[in-house]
Amino acid sequence: MASDYKYDDQTIQGFILSSLVWGVVGILVGLLISVQLWAPAANFAPYLTYGRLRVVHTNGLAFGLGLGVVFPLFFYIVTRLSGRPLAFPRLARAQLWIFNVAIAAAAISLFMGYTQSNEYAELEWPLDVGVVILWVIFAVNVFATLLKRKDAQMYVSLWYIIATVVAIAVLYIVNNLSIPAGLMKSYHLFAGVNSANVEWWYGHNAVGFLFTTPFLAMFFYFMPKALNLPLFSHRLSILSFWSLVFGYLWTGAHHLVYTPVPDWLQTLGIVFTLFLIAPSWGSVINGYYTVGADWSKMKTNYLAKFFILAITFYGLQTVQGPTQSIRVISQLIHATDWVPGHVHMGTMGWVTLTACASIYYVIPKIYGTTIWSEKVANIHFWLVLVGQLLFSVTMWITGIQQGAMWKATNADGTLKYTFVESLVKNYPYWHTRTLAGIIFTVGMLFFIYNVLMTIKKGKALQASTPAAA
Amino acid sequence: MAGEIYKKPMALAAMATVTILIGSIATMAYPMLRADMHPKLDALKPFTALQLAGRDVYQREGCNNCHTQVIRPLPTEVARYGDFSKAGEFAYDHPFLWGSKRTGPDLAREGGLRPDKWQYDHFANPQAFFARSNMPKYGWLKGRMLDADEATAHLAALATFHPELKPDAAAVKAQLAGKDELDALVAYMQWLGHAVPRRQGGAVDLALQNPLAGQVAAVVKGKALFEEKCSACHGDEAKGNEGVAPSLLDDVFLEAKGDLPDGAYFALIAQGSDVKKALERPGYKDGGMPAFGGELPKEDIWAIVSWLRNQKAHEASEGHHDDKEEHK
Repeated sequence: MASDYKYDDQTIQGFILSSLVWGVVGILVGLLISVQLWAPAANFAPYLTYGRLRVVHTNGLAFGLGLGVVFPLFFYIVTRLSGRPLAFPRLARAQLWIFNVAIAAAAISLFMGYTQSNEYAELEWPLDVGVVILWVIFAVNVFATLLKRKDAQMYVSLWYIIATVVAIAVLYIVNNLSIPAGLMKSYHLFAGVNSANVEWWYGHNAVGFLFTTPFLAMFFYFMPKALNLPLFSHRLSILSFWSLVFGYLWTGAHHLVYTPVPDWLQTLGIVFTLFLIAPSWGSVINGYYTVGADWSKMKTNYLAKFFILAITFYGLQTVQGPTQSIRVISQLIHATDWVPGHVHMGTMGWVTLTACASIYYVIPKIYGTTIWSEKVANIHFWLVLVGQLLFSVTMWITGIQQGAMWKATNADGTLKYTFVESLVKNYPYWHTRTLAGIIFTVGMLFFIYNVLMTIKKGKALQASTPAAA
Repeated sequence: MAGEIYKKPMALAAMATVTILIGSIATMAYPMLRADMHPKLDALKPFTALQLAGRDVYQREGCNNCHTQVIRPLPTEVARYGDFSKAGEFAYDHPFLWGSKRTGPDLAREGGLRPDKWQYDHFANPQAFFARSNMPKYGWLKGRMLDADEATAHLAALATFHPELKPDAAAVKAQLAGKDELDALVAYMQWLGHAVPRRQGGAVDLALQNPLAGQVAAVVKGKALFEEKCSACHGDEAKGNEGVAPSLLDDVFLEAKGDLPDGAYFALIAQGSDVKKALERPGYKDGGMPAFGGELPKEDIWAIVSWLRNQKAHEASEGHHDDKEEHK
């Protein structure tokens, strides 16, 4: 390519490889805690107990794998759509190092029990400061690069990237406001019902702006690119984008249905959650119709099925979520295993499939080559698909069973089951869940192997061709 | 005009920010200005240094990953755990610890539900109480002594919001002397839910007679029920468990000599320790009998009474000399 500049793809590759390392850590911890659910002897106090490890699992995957994938793929999309290299390549390199140090420190601090106890905002305040610095560095590079872009028009992926950058900043800073009580201890600035309301405003939008908008940005960039098909509708993108970004922030209280948080807040949360079906399915339809221009891609292009299944799980997720928020359904499934079943369809289905497909696209591009093995990619696909489905479906069944047993009454209105009776019934399902996790993990190992071999292939290719001027 | 925004990154960022702030202000910031987000029950007591240290341990160990602390206003939930949670109970909770998953039971009304000894023993070995429980053992917290300076700093931080928590370093030191993390955690367990009085059941009717008296089938059923619901605390043979739950076969009932009528047995099982007052007997200090009226139908409670009566008669006929030896 005749360019007067070089993209700094080493940083992008560095982020991807780092994210894979953290992903493996997060997934292995996930496997361990799934075993701890049915085998309490697998808890090793103090560092390896379920209570401490669950947050290592969620944070490791949300921030280590999730953010670790968001940073490089955003850099990739921003530079390609701008037709410019990163404004500050050295800053991006520094960000890679800070990111890895921060995630390592975060993991260690959580193993040690330093936690703020707010879900997905567990990291203690010194680490929060580090995360904010990291985000500012990232935002500077994204915006500075965008301002120097060649094309005036910004493609839909860039809107989602911009929204992600500003929303995460607002959410993260507000919910982590706290009074330090020591070097690694603090208390939330907000108390009781107010604390709950702020946390779930944050918590649900962390899902929105860490697991939804960034992955929509990737989906709408990499899917048309990989399949060589134009996006079905830009108008639909505009509609979906603004209504999603507007609606998401109202929905946090659906996590607090039937709690002492004021009813009007709960109802508002539920109503906006139902509204969100519209923009979510706007994206789903846009995805389907884009591939719909040529369904034969499902056969001829190995990445098509990744993207189509990903957007399908996004579609299912965004109908299931609103359904759960309705009071009568919430009654039954709240605080049961149904909810982790829901979350894992989103993370193991939508997020992971999109991320993997995007990485499969990016890594060969860096070296101007092709994927090492499409066959291995197909094995990876089927394993993670089967693992994820077995996992989610099992959790939904368990959840309904738990909810039903908790609500079951005898003819005279007394409770039919003790809590322990409802617990014991989970064990067979929890065994299955561990099995599903193992299948998924093996699938991900195939993925990582394929990525590493592609890099090896690319490096060999580089070494054999004289350096381009 | 409308299309221009897709050519200007900073303008798009500004507009996206405004868009996300609308919902944030409406559902997060604005509610903060309202009194209904800051209620406090008069009966709510601030944490002592020991209780706060226990809460810190609860946070550190991630207990909130498996236990909720919020009871929903649903009939079955109230029957299982007690009165539904009130907004005013959480004024000192920075942050709230409601959790989102009930791998174990809700703990919002755990305080005062069982004696301290039960809590200590259960933390040390949950499987001794519920054979198939999946709770990890927490006996290792024992002997990890509390740091008074740290506790003072923690109280001082919370005093930023709640002046009544302002610590006196000397008093904190005295309160925590010789206390370990398990002591603190148990103290916190007993603090939970104290601001809402336990639901008082119906009146105690001492004239009630066991309708199943003399039926062998009831005794057999009662034995099975006892083993399932009662033996974890009272022992397999109902001979008691020192410090946790008393023997039900001896002459002492609620720490006073002399048996009680069927109606008292029924009331105690159905309504728990709350009926001690009506019976004018002390019982274990801070004890400890949960109410089973929510989960056991009347005939099941009577079956348990039948079995207990039968056991008692059996013991009396055999004499309990060997028994006494064991108990010493």
